[in-house]
Amino acid sequence: MRRWTRALAVLGAGALTLTACGGGEEDPLGAMEEEAGGAQDEGAAAEDAEAPELDQDDVEIFSWWTGAGEEAGLLALIDMFEQQTDYTVVNSAVAGGAGTDARAVLASRMQAGDPPSSFQIHASRALLDTWVAAGAMEPITFLWDEEGWRDVFPESIVEQVTGDDGEIYSVPVNVHRSNVVFANAAVLEENGVELPTTHEEFVQAAQTLQEAGVTPLALGDNETWTLVHTWEGVLLASAGPELYRDLFAGEADWTSPEVIESFEHLDEMFQYINDDHAARNWQDASQLVADGEAAMTIMGDWAAGYFATDLELQPETDFVWAPTPGTDGMFITVIDTFGLPEGGPNRDGTVEWLRLLGSVEGQDTFNPLKGSIPARTDADISQYNEYGQQTYEEFQSDELLPSLAHNSAAPPNFTDEALQVLEIFMSQRDPQQAADALQQAADDYLRS
Amino acid sequence: MTSTTTPAPAGAAAAAADAGPSRRRRRLETATPVLMVLPSILAIGVFVYGFIAWTGWVSVSNWTTFVRDLSFNGFGAYTRLFGDFRFLSGLRNVVVFTVLFVGVCLVVGLVLAMIIDRDPFGAPVWRNLFLFPVALSFVVTGVVWQWLLNPRAGVNLLLNRFGWEDLPLWYVSTTIVPGWRWGQIDVVVPVALIAVVIAAAWQMSGFAMAIYLAGLQGIPDELREAARMDGASEIAVYRRVLLPMLRPMTITIIIVLGHISLKTFDLIYVMTGPGTGYVTDVPAVYMYETTFRGNQFARGAAISLLLLGLVALLMVPALWARRRTEEALG
Repeated sequence: MRRWTRALAVLGAGALTLTACGGGEEDPLGAMEEEAGGAQDEGAAAEDAEAPELDQDDVEIFSWWTGAGEEAGLLALIDMFEQQTDYTVVNSAVAGGAGTDARAVLASRMQAGDPPSSFQIHASRALLDTWVAAGAMEPITFLWDEEGWRDVFPESIVEQVTGDDGEIYSVPVNVHRSNVVFANAAVLEENGVELPTTHEEFVQAAQTLQEAGVTPLALGDNETWTLVHTWEGVLLASAGPELYRDLFAGEADWTSPEVIESFEHLDEMFQYINDDHAARNWQDASQLVADGEAAMTIMGDWAAGYFATDLELQPETDFVWAPTPGTDGMFITVIDTFGLPEGGPNRDGTVEWLRLLGSVEGQDTFNPLKGSIPARTDADISQYNEYGQQTYEEFQSDELLPSLAHNSAAPPNFTDEALQVLEIFMSQRDPQQAADALQQAADDYLRS
Repeated sequence: MTSTTTPAPAGAAAAAADAGPSRRRRRLETATPVLMVLPSILAIGVFVYGFIAWTGWVSVSNWTTFVRDLSFNGFGAYTRLFGDFRFLSGLRNVVVFTVLFVGVCLVVGLVLAMIIDRDPFGAPVWRNLFLFPVALSFVVTGVVWQWLLNPRAGVNLLLNRFGWEDLPLWYVSTTIVPGWRWGQIDVVVPVALIAVVIAAAWQMSGFAMAIYLAGLQGIPDELREAARMDGASEIAVYRRVLLPMLRPMTITIIIVLGHISLKTFDLIYVMTGPGTGYVTDVPAVYMYETTFRGNQFARGAAISLLLLGLVALLMVPALWARRRTEEALG
């Protein structure tokens, strides 16, 4: 029934637009929206003409959420939004690991003056050093104030979406943890191994496992970001939170012993990986753990979603987890946010979309499906599985740090250099060379 | 191509013989061709040479973040590239790939053309069959061969069935033979590239075959018969008569496939990506990633111009050689 009325409304809007060309005084588009009940500001409606393929009630949402759990989460959100308002969502998701392709598509669209209504972007540097720096985003501080969000989002997360001008530019939807080691519970038990909490314990466990004929650590570096991802946890373990922050702020020396040590540890860990790592992506690597061919893998907690949702494994009985060795009490966050591009179609509808994303019910609809936790501190955690509940607790008590692999800790040019450094490290295994290359990149690209 | 400029003076002389009203016509006649060509000259001037100049400017600018900064920075982007592990690896890969790919296409194309030229049973079917892959996009080829040459699937399952123990790793191999150290990188041939060459040659050999076939069929039968009458063996007919006459075809194929190969992006991007330790990276993929993922526009522009130079390095001598053979052939 609803689709029917919507189709009629769209037809009507089209007819009104046509007659409006004759030069009537009233603004039929604005009138339509008022009738629809969702509009607050009529002025923006006129810009709808810029995006010809959209109807005026459409809100175009751009993301790279096409995988199993994340797509389910997005669709549930869209469904909820369409039921609560009279807007329709056009889902422009671009497939591709970690959004590399989506970001390129977004860039070309933005530069062509054809922005979507709202788009997915990682918090901090990915947001602030690109679209905010280019002046392409409208601040949404007003929405934060209206909804009182400053009180319910953790301060260190608000910082990650606040520009140098003190304005807030996006809404965090979810939080993922990057520094997690997942393991196959049965494999650990059979070999009498516990989840390692330090690097030394890891090496010991790995030796035991290798002697038993199990691959100790599963890695899939078909896409290079998994290398940076693994390393950032190891770096945090070696450096500690303070130095970790200083390094990315350009205030510490990348050739310091802690950084060198992190590469030495990484080198040791990589002596225990599967032979075919180059042919695998992170799902394929996680699969090795699920099948019991490998014992552990270091991955963000989307792997928990993959285990629980796609492979239907039970948390705690089938798979277990711990912070990456040496990072207990530290939480590297990967935060997806949505913002409000200047000149995007249907500003009013988009503001409503953002309002839903930031709300408790929006976050509790999306996150259990995606396998992430809500970015708010007042969410209803009973809907989440054991993994989600424990992570949510640690999120509230741990020290939160930004992720390099996921574009939050450093600007894109530095991150790109880091990807190269890790790829080269993979074949050269030279800690000093890697540290020197990072220092060079820091001189060039990190502000001090 | 080069020797047809004589009619113009004759036409001009004829026009000069008339006086008065025809002067305007004459002016129109000289102006028309210029007017006709002008739009495309303008378009090429702006969209090709104009943007090459623009890229050149970007490459010496400070544009290394998302926000455009066109202030002059010098040639740092270039000097940096020549000490850059990834760029040097990419350069090595693209040269090796081009030599192998064009070489394989020439040999396979020639052999196929010679077979089909002898008109075996079902010749038109074979010809079309070999030509079909050319119509595919490299993206399709990349995806298909990525599956076929996946070390845990495709061809390897077949080899395994036949009792092959030490299965090849194909495009995920990180070995470089013979593995000499040259500066930062190892040379010469990354084994992973062979898988890519197989895929590319599978697609483009048909193109080489079509060109050679056209060449072979353009050679008059009298020549072959004359050679046979003179007592030349069948092999000698090919070696002494047919192959030398196919030289322009060879040059055409080298030019066309060579520049496709040097600029290759889609096949690599889809099939292998840059690969572990950049064993399958090429400058075009590096350019794309560093520009659009890393926002290092200056470096991306520098890579683009170096790539242009590389293609020019191939094209200019090849075009020169082609002109000389055409002159020699009259």
